[in-house]
Amino acid sequence: GGMAAALLLLLLLVAAGPGRGRAGAGRERRDTLREELLLSPLPTGDVAATFQFRTRWDADLQRGAVSHYRLFPKALGRLVAALGVRELHLALTQGFWRTRYWGQPPLQAPAGAELWVWFQPTVTDVDKAWKELSNILSGIFCASLNFIDSTNTVIPTASFKPLGLANGTDHHLLRYAVLPREVVCTENLTPWKKLLPCGSKAGLAVLLKAERLFHSSYHSQAVHIRPICRDASCLALSWELRQTLTVVFDFFSSGQGKKDWSLFKMFSRTLTDTCPLASQSKVYVDISPKNKEKELLEVSPPPTSVHEAVVQGDKKTYAVYDLLSPSLFNTSRSLNVQLKWKRPQDSSEMPIPTLHAQRYVGGYGLQTGEICTLIYNTHPYRAFPVILLETVPWYLRLYVHTLTIITKGKENKPSYIHYQPAQDRRRPHLLEMLIQLPANSVTKITIQFERALLKWTEYPPDPNHGFYVGSSVLSALVPSVTAMKDVDVEQSPLFTSLFPSSDGSSYFVRLYTEPLLVNLPTPDFSMPYNVICLTCTVVAVCYGSFYNLLTRTFHVEEPSRGGLAKRLANVIRKFRGVPPL
Amino acid sequence: MAAPLVLVVLAAVTVRAALYRSSLAAFIAERVEVTSPLNAWKRVVEGLALLDLGVSPYSGAIFHETPLIIYLFHFLIEYAELVFMITDVLTAVALYLAIQDFNKVVFKKQKLLIELDKYAPDVAELIQTPMEMHYIPLKVALFYLLNPYTVMSCVAKSTCAINNSVIAFFILATIKGSAFLSAVFLALATYQSLYPLTLFAPALLYLLQRQFIPVKLKSKSFWLYTMQYASLYLCSLVVIICLSFFLLNSWDFIPSVYGFILSVPDLTPNIGLFWYFFAEMFEHFSLFFVCVFQINVFFYTIPLAIKLKEHPVFFMFVQLAIISIFKSYPTVGDVALYMAFLPVWSHLYRFLRNIFILSCVLIFCSFLFPVLWHLWIYAGSANSNFYYAITLTFNIGQILLISDYFYAFLRREYYLTHGLHLTRQDGTEAMLVLK
Repeated sequence: GGMAAALLLLLLLVAAGPGRGRAGAGRERRDTLREELLLSPLPTGDVAATFQFRTRWDADLQRGAVSHYRLFPKALGRLVAALGVRELHLALTQGFWRTRYWGQPPLQAPAGAELWVWFQPTVTDVDKAWKELSNILSGIFCASLNFIDSTNTVIPTASFKPLGLANGTDHHLLRYAVLPREVVCTENLTPWKKLLPCGSKAGLAVLLKAERLFHSSYHSQAVHIRPICRDASCLALSWELRQTLTVVFDFFSSGQGKKDWSLFKMFSRTLTDTCPLASQSKVYVDISPKNKEKELLEVSPPPTSVHEAVVQGDKKTYAVYDLLSPSLFNTSRSLNVQLKWKRPQDSSEMPIPTLHAQRYVGGYGLQTGEICTLIYNTHPYRAFPVILLETVPWYLRLYVHTLTIITKGKENKPSYIHYQPAQDRRRPHLLEMLIQLPANSVTKITIQFERALLKWTEYPPDPNHGFYVGSSVLSALVPSVTAMKDVDVEQSPLFTSLFPSSDGSSYFVRLYTEPLLVNLPTPDFSMPYNVICLTCTVVAVCYGSFYNLLTRTFHVEEPSRGGLAKRLANVIRKFRGVPPL
Repeated sequence: MAAPLVLVVLAAVTVRAALYRSSLAAFIAERVEVTSPLNAWKRVVEGLALLDLGVSPYSGAIFHETPLIIYLFHFLIEYAELVFMITDVLTAVALYLAIQDFNKVVFKKQKLLIELDKYAPDVAELIQTPMEMHYIPLKVALFYLLNPYTVMSCVAKSTCAINNSVIAFFILATIKGSAFLSAVFLALATYQSLYPLTLFAPALLYLLQRQFIPVKLKSKSFWLYTMQYASLYLCSLVVIICLSFFLLNSWDFIPSVYGFILSVPDLTPNIGLFWYFFAEMFEHFSLFFVCVFQINVFFYTIPLAIKLKEHPVFFMFVQLAIISIFKSYPTVGDVALYMAFLPVWSHLYRFLRNIFILSCVLIFCSFLFPVLWHLWIYAGSANSNFYYAITLTFNIGQILLISDYFYAFLRREYYLTHGLHLTRQDGTEAMLVLK
């Protein structure tokens, strides 16, 4: 009887369970994970691998206490809710993306650490929230983001517009900081991997092993959080978290001089299964023909499908491996995508990206210098504007009256300049300009600066290494070769939907130039005590002379009786036969 | 006397014009001994460019000039070279006229004291004659205009020339006896660079002497005149500061100019003592030593006023020298101003003890400054200690020069009243010591 009653209760619970679950599904917040890996061979023989993990959560983090976190990491969710963050973009990068040789990057980040955040309009003290945010992120990612303070934070007015849903754009809610000296290593990769729903145990994340990832020319890991429309009507908000990792394997060091790449050669791992929490898990290989020739690149095993898209203004073809399709792991338990070149690639025909830039320091000596930026527009007939953002630390004193912009030998006046001069030890220089780049031209922007002498405690431990100047940011809408259709974010690959596109005729590109290393004159660090003594001696010489002259008066000298020394001298004189003193 | 002055002026203008057209102009403009963050021409141009961009020049840390300079150069930026040449000429002419008047005053006073039998009988060779005083004003103008320091300052277009000009007009107004003009120019000089505030005391003493008001703390007329002069000075200062406020509609210039002069945040090397001291200072004591060094400029005024109350013009000279040596951002232009006065005290030559060695020190240091700068900044084979050492030596040279002149002045005064040939009780020649 009791047994039967217990069994009945159990049956009831089981029956009610799914029912309750189903009823609750409407209340429960739905989150989805999509992961993808894009392998693009670069013209110089290197290969770039871009991982993207996108968690989309149909919940409103700002309002209502959200307590149950499933796929969305709790650390970041609570951060967004507590500090009133609307958008957060953090990138940790080691190396430099060589746009000239590798082409336009899907998503570039400057060397070091870069953090830019849009806050909600409800935040009253944005600077306080910014300081708290950088400290919390410093703890989450084991990076020295706590060095972000007012001396390296700027408020750009035009370069960084919100990438997610935004109501108004009061740029006082935006903060941007770069730490060019920041080094990226395994300590930063580990917490980044921990934020992934499957960790590094299943899915594409098994490839992320530190010993291969940091043995590369370029390594960039980023976290992007932004609000997006839940559906086409855009009546409700969803939060999107994208974790991206871009790594470029060098042809000579990792590839051992051979242009045959494979997942095993790159990551020393192969893909064995998918992340059970992911709703989509794909590997894309860029097999677009270059120079209008058919299929130089051969991939094996054969892909599950082929996808064509217009990416960055150009028609591209991708071989797609859908890890969730049952046919993929039929033959072998692991997937090792191999790329082979059918014909040796003609290296003289390297495609040049439409927009690329270069920056360097000119001048000699430790007193003055010049920052020169060269921006190339290689489009044969279209001109387009570019916004240049330069953040220069306060100890390199910029002289904006020496700013010259020369295109094709003539002066090019920017249509918009926003310049905020630096204040010593408080804020850096901010220079934002909108420059029109004529077709097929090189624009040279030069500005002179003076190097300051700092206090001896303000130098880093290796003062003669120099001081880093963060990369400058170029934001432009580059005209595309092929018109792009409007993409539906849910259906298209992740790498096509990072930047919102306004119309199909141009695509948004954000480029970063090289960081600069500038030497400052140094005082002698072993001398504080000596300097204090010597300078105070000089002041005391003045004080002493003036004290004597002011407090003493002239007197006729009284003859002195003679001390011991005089008597001794007289004795010696008597011996010599000389008259006494 | 006008013709030789005109010749000197022409020579000076020619030298400056020649240097403006040569390639040395760019080199001199960059020299840290000639320009400082307070008076560099590059920064004036930068401030005006910021104003054109719609940004307040005082929002950054580049521009530290007063709004008056903005106003002046807003209209005269095209003729900057001419402005600086004319400024130098005006300074020289002002000094010439001032010293001419001063010589008359000295001569009159001397005559009075001789008639009153205040001098000892055997001091005839110490008395200044009109013959030897005749060329002193011309020598002063010459010393100022053709001093290499002044020429370099002018070629670099450092606004120190404008400050010197204002101080020269102040000295002219004081010596002529006009209290109102003297107060106005002193207010202008204080407004431009804070330190001429200390020249209030010698100016007051001179004007009191000229009005025959004795300097006694209990005297009512003394306090009345002091209050009058002080109120004229303070009112003009307030008026000038308020006018500056209305130029840019903000008080931003006060921390940018006076806060900058007093707190010394910029450690660009110069010929002074502050930069390396605060580059190597322990953070904990930074504020303390800033206060000590700033007080150091101001606190010689009262003791000097007590000692030199009968000789206010010499007091002014010593005070100018102290300002030039101990101000927070000195340049050679400031040194040139007090050096222009040296011919006035040429009668003290026989009592100067170390003049040869001190002039050698000053000349050698002036040549070594650019050499050691080049070795530190461009060649990289020396470090900052080399330049700092020359800074120390140059300042010691200047300090000893001033104290030497002070010593000689006091000694001559003693001889004038006690006689030149001093004998001891036993008839042998006596030595004079400072006790």
